[in-house]
Amino acid sequence: MAAERGEVKLIGGWASPFVARPRIALNLKGVAYEMFQETVGKKSELLLKSNPVYKKIPVLIHNGKPICESAIIVEYIDETWSSDGASILPSDPYDRAIARFWTVYVDDKIPDAIRKLRPLVKGSAVAEVEAEKLHAALQLLEEAFEKCSKGKSFFGGDNIGYLDIALGSQLAWIKAVEKIVEIKFLDKEKIPGLVAWSERFYAHEAVKEVMPEADRLVEFTRMLLSGSFAK
Amino acid sequence: MAGSGTSDVKLLGAWASPYVVRARIALNLKEVQYEFLEEQFGTKSELLLKSNPIYKKIPVLIHDEKPVCESMIIVQYIDDVWINSGPALMPADAYDRALQRFWTVYVDDKFVPSLFGIMRSPTEEAKAEAKEQALASLQLLEEAFGKISKGKPFFGGDTIGYLDIALGSFLGWMKAFEEMNGFKLLDDTKTPLLCAWADNFCNNEVVGAVIPETAKLVELAKVMQARYKSAPPAN
Repeated sequence: MAAERGEVKLIGGWASPFVARPRIALNLKGVAYEMFQETVGKKSELLLKSNPVYKKIPVLIHNGKPICESAIIVEYIDETWSSDGASILPSDPYDRAIARFWTVYVDDKIPDAIRKLRPLVKGSAVAEVEAEKLHAALQLLEEAFEKCSKGKSFFGGDNIGYLDIALGSQLAWIKAVEKIVEIKFLDKEKIPGLVAWSERFYAHEAVKEVMPEADRLVEFTRMLLSGSFAK
Repeated sequence: MAGSGTSDVKLLGAWASPYVVRARIALNLKEVQYEFLEEQFGTKSELLLKSNPIYKKIPVLIHDEKPVCESMIIVQYIDDVWINSGPALMPADAYDRALQRFWTVYVDDKFVPSLFGIMRSPTEEAKAEAKEQALASLQLLEEAFGKISKGKPFFGGDTIGYLDIALGSFLGWMKAFEEMNGFKLLDDTKTPLLCAWADNFCNNEVVGAVIPETAKLVELAKVMQARYKSAPPAN
């Protein structure tokens, strides 16, 4: 029943792709929540108390109980509000295993590529090397998209699912590094399926307001690199 | 597809790999008949390269010709498919599930690298640091056990579950390192709950059948250590 939500809080930051994940999931389930924005460079007491092991965002606090790790939070949201909205995890066990596998792959390759690319400048040799890795990862994900979507709009089929959220949440930063190193990653010629998917993802009701603007992330990077945020 | 003897289940693995042990424990708990295809140490079979082209790593579960990779994804898959056989590996409550998943990530993220750091460290200093980190991780896991088990023998309660499998599959290697280095990782005075849990886990007949023998692991560790000392680490 949609009635009993309880108290839902999310500790996060506007720039974090990992925070975007539970936000999208909560939106898909129509669950209202209170957002607690962390200040970059400082960790709130609430965060330190709720995630003493990693001290990282996002943390979902449901009826006073904290849940950490973005992918785990998304599963928790899917299981807790299972009768609201479409299922985020696929229903078939094999499809679930595939969605989880590619999510592991995304988390393995994409954040690292972004971290390595964002301090670089256009044309640097290192940028070329790191860009190749990101291109290769996106190519594999293009093939995965073909298989998982089975001709439908999303990895999850007709609806945004677990893997859509995992990869889609990284799009804002992928677009930001495109601007920073001036290399096109979301290239219609190379990964047409993913490019079309990314547009549908961004346009979705549950996603639209969550994804930060690439320009804002570029500015954020400049501030991060110039040491503007206190450590 | 509820399990019966007619579905075709293969597991690509190696006797010494704790990640493979995870899959084997899950299959055994669910009473699934499977063919164990042993990879040779140092080489990768064609079937492995074909089944896990991305990571080329064991374990790989192949169920009716379809490969499933990553040990804990395999464990969850087994729990989902053979739902009517054996105990549930995941708890019913969503919050309890989230806790088990969280600590499983912690095991893989923090505990395991420090554990194997003990073997891989080139200097005594580095080894001591790895050992300290491993002990600190185990202390956190001891506290987690206290909260999650609610007085029962396993993280999963009365029966072995997801997190028991995630951590317990490393007990063979933990005992090997204790023996090789003459120190204790699990200690009655510091981690009494985990000590009791480890005994319960290893004494379980399903587990006992697949946890590798300490003596054999010690032998293997010596071979591997020689490799680490003589060549620069290539991952």
